[in-house]
Amino acid sequence: MQNVTLTIDGRQVTVPEGTTVLNAAKELGIDIPTLCYLPKINEIGACRVCVVEIEGARYLEPSCIYQVRDGMVVKTNSHRVRQARQINTELLLSDHAHDCLVCDRNNNCDLQDLAARLGIREYRFEGVKNEAEIDDSSESIYRDPSKCINCRRCIAVCAEVQGVHALGAAERGFETGIVPAQHRPLADISCVNCGQCTIVCPTGALTEVSHVTKVARALGQKQKHVVVQTAPAVRVSLGEEFGMKPGTNVQGKMVAALRQLGFDGVFDTDFSADLTIMEEGTELINRIQNGGVLPMITSCSPGWIKFIEHNFPDMLPNLSTCKSPQQMFGALAKTYYADKMGIDPKDIYSVSIMPCTAKKFEITRPDMDSSGYQDVDAVLTTRELAKLIKSAGIDLATLPDEEYDDPLGISTGAGVIFGATGGVMEAALRTAYEVITGEELPKLDFEMLRGLKGVKQASVQVGDLTVNVAVAHSLVKARELMEKIQSGEIDDLHFIEIMACLGGCIGGGGQPRSDDPYVRSKRISGIYTADKDMKLRKSHENPAVQQLYKEFLGEPNSHKAHELLHTHYIERER
Amino acid sequence: MQLYRAHVLVCGGTGCVTSGCMDVHAELEKQLEKNGLSEEINVIVTGCVGTCDIGPILMVYPEAIFYQKVQVEDVAEIVEEHILKGRPVNRLMYQDKTSEIAEFIEKYYDIDFFNRQTRIVLRNTGVIDSTKIDEYIARDGYQAIAKALTEMKPIEVVEEIKKSGLRGRGGGGFPAGIKLELGHKADGDQKYMICNADEGDPGAFMDRSLLEGDPHSIIEGMMLASYAIGANQGYVYVRAEYPLAVDRLVTAIKQAKEYGLLGDNIFGSGFNYSLDLRVGAGAFVCGEETALMHSIEGLRGEPTPKPPYPTDAGVFGYPSVINNVETIANMPQIILNGSDWFNRFGVENNKGTKVFAVAGNILNTGLVEVELGTTLRTVIFDICGGVPNGKKFKAVQIGGPSGGCIPAEYLDTPITYDSLTSLGAMMGSGGLIVMDEDTCMVDLARFFLDFTQEESCGKCTPCRIGTKRMLEILERITEGHGQPGDIEKLEELAESIGDSSFCGLGRAAPNPILSTLRFFRDEYEAHIDGHKCPAGICKGLLNVEIIEDKCRSCGICARICPVNAIAGQRGQPYVVDQDTCTRCGLCIESCPFDAISKH
Repeated sequence: MQNVTLTIDGRQVTVPEGTTVLNAAKELGIDIPTLCYLPKINEIGACRVCVVEIEGARYLEPSCIYQVRDGMVVKTNSHRVRQARQINTELLLSDHAHDCLVCDRNNNCDLQDLAARLGIREYRFEGVKNEAEIDDSSESIYRDPSKCINCRRCIAVCAEVQGVHALGAAERGFETGIVPAQHRPLADISCVNCGQCTIVCPTGALTEVSHVTKVARALGQKQKHVVVQTAPAVRVSLGEEFGMKPGTNVQGKMVAALRQLGFDGVFDTDFSADLTIMEEGTELINRIQNGGVLPMITSCSPGWIKFIEHNFPDMLPNLSTCKSPQQMFGALAKTYYADKMGIDPKDIYSVSIMPCTAKKFEITRPDMDSSGYQDVDAVLTTRELAKLIKSAGIDLATLPDEEYDDPLGISTGAGVIFGATGGVMEAALRTAYEVITGEELPKLDFEMLRGLKGVKQASVQVGDLTVNVAVAHSLVKARELMEKIQSGEIDDLHFIEIMACLGGCIGGGGQPRSDDPYVRSKRISGIYTADKDMKLRKSHENPAVQQLYKEFLGEPNSHKAHELLHTHYIERER
Repeated sequence: MQLYRAHVLVCGGTGCVTSGCMDVHAELEKQLEKNGLSEEINVIVTGCVGTCDIGPILMVYPEAIFYQKVQVEDVAEIVEEHILKGRPVNRLMYQDKTSEIAEFIEKYYDIDFFNRQTRIVLRNTGVIDSTKIDEYIARDGYQAIAKALTEMKPIEVVEEIKKSGLRGRGGGGFPAGIKLELGHKADGDQKYMICNADEGDPGAFMDRSLLEGDPHSIIEGMMLASYAIGANQGYVYVRAEYPLAVDRLVTAIKQAKEYGLLGDNIFGSGFNYSLDLRVGAGAFVCGEETALMHSIEGLRGEPTPKPPYPTDAGVFGYPSVINNVETIANMPQIILNGSDWFNRFGVENNKGTKVFAVAGNILNTGLVEVELGTTLRTVIFDICGGVPNGKKFKAVQIGGPSGGCIPAEYLDTPITYDSLTSLGAMMGSGGLIVMDEDTCMVDLARFFLDFTQEESCGKCTPCRIGTKRMLEILERITEGHGQPGDIEKLEELAESIGDSSFCGLGRAAPNPILSTLRFFRDEYEAHIDGHKCPAGICKGLLNVEIIEDKCRSCGICARICPVNAIAGQRGQPYVVDQDTCTRCGLCIESCPFDAISKH
């Protein structure tokens, strides 16, 4: 690729051909504001905030998509540019709800930041506003169109990354808006609740359905015994909300903060992740040995579950019947744990901290009340937990580390890697190998299953058996893999791990928003460091899990285990 | 071949269809049958003749007698008097409305409206039966493509169009030959040629008339352009609101296929060509070429960034050339007669003719084709007869919602792409709306903004929200609620929207405001500062008042008022309740004593 030299604001810069003006300016330290732009996903030049003046061009051009040419002369800061940038921002404000103070995104809003940066101090172009009803039909995603600025990032991420196509532009002119497919409520369409749209939304138009108030209320009720579980991926991302680098492991501080918030038992979803390996591993071995439906596909990711229910109903028998770790924990908290502690399960309020918005939907699914009560009462996303901690005035960074409570807080490295793509598969293989062969696994790290490649495939020798596995993350890649299986292009797989979100749970829709392009890799390396640092790294070695089987469940896939820890799936229309 | 004593042409354009020409046609056939004339008189339904406000129209050849506003009950008289007895019916002939005395003009070619036009593109519309391919062929049809396929290389077709100086008739005026050249040079086994027939300007019907009246010229033009660029598939993107045009095109394509003019190995040349229709849902923005292409692809009609240009990556990612209907209709004539012939028409840099749809406060509404470089005065006054009812000409709006208005002092401007642009208007697709002194220019700008605002695709901020805010300001000015600073706000918005919108729709949307501000700023000021609408149009700024001295308290006004806003009693002047009054003006018209005024 050739280099081209151009002049931006009077300074020369040499960049490779094909570079955008926006990125060329970045090389010079010139920060052109953007709004609709989302690198590689939404490059549509729609908001007209990043416009610049190109010498010789009749009109202002959007720097986010305009490519450099040799000898090009660009002005990013002329009066003409500033005028258009400011007016376009003012126009966006004129059709935007003016309730910043009580908005979920107050102080964390791209539009607010932009208005502040441009020094907008009055609403000059007021007029009628689009009035569209709030869509609160979904258990996971809350849609307030009065805050939508038509940037279309949500459409792009939903279509390009997830292949779900739940959202699209409708109507024309001023009434143009972003609506769910067929203008139906989000809950009634094939939206999988993954929440990626809530991450990319620059304003408060798309947010998670908040459980913060519910949880705070439960914490204030004396007769409630409030337990909490924290998902693997939360510990390596929560710190970002408190100014720490992505991937920083704040497990100990998070546990301490949760205690300070008043949770009566602070537990780890890693524990039930280990349990999932026992159940799912046993199920897989049974399927292989007894001619069951193969390939078996993981069922931890509720976004993926709803996706397969809508799009590949023929393949539902391939899904593992195991509930997700969140739901296994929930079922045990109000049975095993309640028994052990002598607490009436009706007095237990079970909260989970998840990197995921679809988990809010998952707790309402059928079968998720096998304890006789709703197994999990509320789900807080990583972002919501951060809000709760901040509102309590807790300074996360300075808290001394604390340990999880016993016994549902005991886990292995195999549990924590559930948080990254490939992790469930790796954890399963660590256990399957040793259970089947009776020998110790020589090397624990399955490097070929790690990392951000969309679809990863490997063959692993387990005794006499060659186990063929695949790992996919993001639903576009999941669809790709499913289609290859359906067409017979891939026909030798035994086991597949699928996570709805890019990078796995560390990239979940409930995670902190970040403008770090490497945020996923950093969180993933936080996860694997946590794994390395664990004394125990194989699920079947988890003493608390062993004790659970001994005292309560009997053995993996026992009748009781089936009652509490397994589920069914539903065919849904496309 | 059957020979006829006379031919009766019935205009079958959409305008005449609306005024009932099909019933007239049926009656004509019936009367001819009744008089035993069916065998000797040939009746032909043609495309639009061009004088749409005086339909239904009949022309009787060989005498070229032009009948206007023919009603079903007139037909018997025409048949019995004229056709049977050779005595043309005077009372139904074209009347020169500009003349003091009602003067009947017998012959088609004596009518100024027609004899001052130069018809290249419209040479067949209103002349042939567009549903019969033979009639097109009889008028040299498909000779140009035969010549190209048998005697010319594709690049020679490109060169000939380039030399002709033909510029895009859709609005921008981009040289058509250069576009073909880009398409010709583009790499790719698959290329597409697209005809943009998404005519959407309010009041414009040039393309529609052409598609209805001479669809084969579009097919032939598409074949030429496709051959030139190396495409074997063409699409005509036409709006669903043009059912007759769609119908005529479908018929024409079917006939061309039957004649082997579409299909494989045309004229034994090895050239394969297929032409299909794509019917759009009538979104104005689909006139923008990338939006049009996405609509063809089945996506939402919205523009996407250029580059990539359509000639690099167009429909379905393949190189595509898009031209407007009128541009394409010029191509067969250029290839057949040569670029030197074409160069004789028009002026420097503006060769050939342009078709205009003239409407508004004009004596002869209709379709006019003139050489580029003709002055506005010639078109408006000499051809179309000027402003009726003794009113004064105020301005002409050119280029539709993206164009601008041009006031009386520039009437002698020759119509060229560049002269119009320099006056803040644009050629556009050729809509030409004439306005008399009773037109409020603020209201005019409001009308066009209302249109563009609704037709914005909503993708980019300035066009989606900005046009709405400009419209709101115009609305409040015309409703009498204008505020000081509104003009400046409009200017500020207009400049920014024009400068930073995504596509041509948004970039040109402020033009009606900018051009009315340029020439009629005082009218805006009168609305805002003086609370007056000088043209007496904006109801919010009008008061209907009864002049005490003149009122004889007859009560007619009170009885006619539809909202009961007038009250009074015998012996005392009546009074208008301003809050109830809707300023409809019925009372003013009804008052026998001129005692009611609107100001």
